[in-house]
Amino acid sequence: MCGICGCGESQLTAHTHAHTHTHEHEHVEHSATVRRIKVEQDIFAKNNQYAQLNREYFRQHGIFALNFVSSPGSGKTSLLTATITQLPADCAISVIEGDQQTTLDAEKIRATGVRALQINTGKGCHLDAHSIAHALQDQIPEPNSLVLIENVGNLVCPAAFDLGEAYKVVVLSVTEGEDKPLKYPDMFHAAELMILNKIDLLPYLDFDVEKCIDYARRINPRIKVLQLSVKTGQGMTEWLQWLTISQRLSSIA
Amino acid sequence: MHELSLCENILQMIEQQAKDQQFTRVLTVFLEIGQLSGVEPEAISFCFDAVMAGSVAAHAKLVIVPQVGLAWCAKCYHHFEIQHRYDECPICGSYEFQIKKGEHLRISELEVI
Ligand SMILES: Nc1nc2c(ncn2[C@@H]2O[C@H](COP(=O)(O)OP(=O)(O)OP(=O)(O)O)[C@@H](O)[C@H]2O)c(=O)[nH]1
Ligand SMILES: [Mg+2]
Ligand SMILES: [Zn+2]
Repeated sequence: MCGICGCGESQLTAHTHAHTHTHEHEHVEHSATVRRIKVEQDIFAKNNQYAQLNREYFRQHGIFALNFVSSPGSGKTSLLTATITQLPADCAISVIEGDQQTTLDAEKIRATGVRALQINTGKGCHLDAHSIAHALQDQIPEPNSLVLIENVGNLVCPAAFDLGEAYKVVVLSVTEGEDKPLKYPDMFHAAELMILNKIDLLPYLDFDVEKCIDYARRINPRIKVLQLSVKTGQGMTEWLQWLTISQRLSSIA
Repeated sequence: MHELSLCENILQMIEQQAKDQQFTRVLTVFLEIGQLSGVEPEAISFCFDAVMAGSVAAHAKLVIVPQVGLAWCAKCYHHFEIQHRYDECPICGSYEFQIKKGEHLRISELEVI
């Protein structure tokens, strides 16, 4: 049983009810017992409560947490491993990896010498705050450390689920096309920073960088943008600066 | 799509209500879906019956109440109705606005016995 919430198992395992559909329409006696109840409860409220608890935990321990979101294959894991190896060695980091299946990404992170915990969501298409609360129990981050969370590759669903992170960072690779901010607006609206990755491939594509940034700012006028190639290392310095400065600022706030 | 897990959250809320408010069966669930919530009404309807099966809300009717999006323009200070996040302010053309309404997914009422 879980110490945080008293749950027996992960919420994310979708229970498949034995589904015997007998559609004989039961005629309900409209007696006086039928009543209407005002509920007015938000469905995201539960996740937001867990997220708030995680946020408070991070605050108390001086932890800076980022939630990396993108469609599959944009380069999240590559960016994380490059970031870990390029940050100063005394910088404490732990990683939480979300994927539907496999522990491949966690293994790639561990190969850098940093602790990584893999969450397999099964059918679930996103990480939720509850699963992060568990992960933080199983892999307790060091005080004043950096917690990097790689969400399930999916440009839609993770937008709606606050994990308690300081910021969402959306990674968009240039091979995906410049129209993605308009097509998947929720994610770009929720993000603090957009990383345009794989810019080493720009010469081979018709990707319009300016247009892409313009689209992203239409959805989120305050979004910050970094252009980067994990492969060549171009833009990595700016990214590491953003990371270090944001971490510093969050420890003051 | 996360509508399946959202339906499971809906069921958890209903089960909690059943305990608090002492009912044994749900006839109708009134669900407000904000235009900008990112939640697909059709996908919710699709998952709803399967998730509710075998619960207090088995065979319950789902009534979806769509909620329009409302935004406030930070340039010209007007309120306007908004369909999509990429819309511009219809008065001044700015993209600098705050969404005031329409991002939620909420059980508003239950009809129970
Ligand atoms: N050319 C180029 N390839 C890159 C770059 N960054 C990542 N890749 C490649 O893109 C592919 C996917 O990278 P990953 O880091 O696994 O992407 P991911 O976002 O973690 O993928 P999922 O976890 O499956 O969603 C790999 O083959 C990487 O080598 C880059 O800057 N340039
Ligand atoms: Mg990955
Ligand atoms: Zn305006």
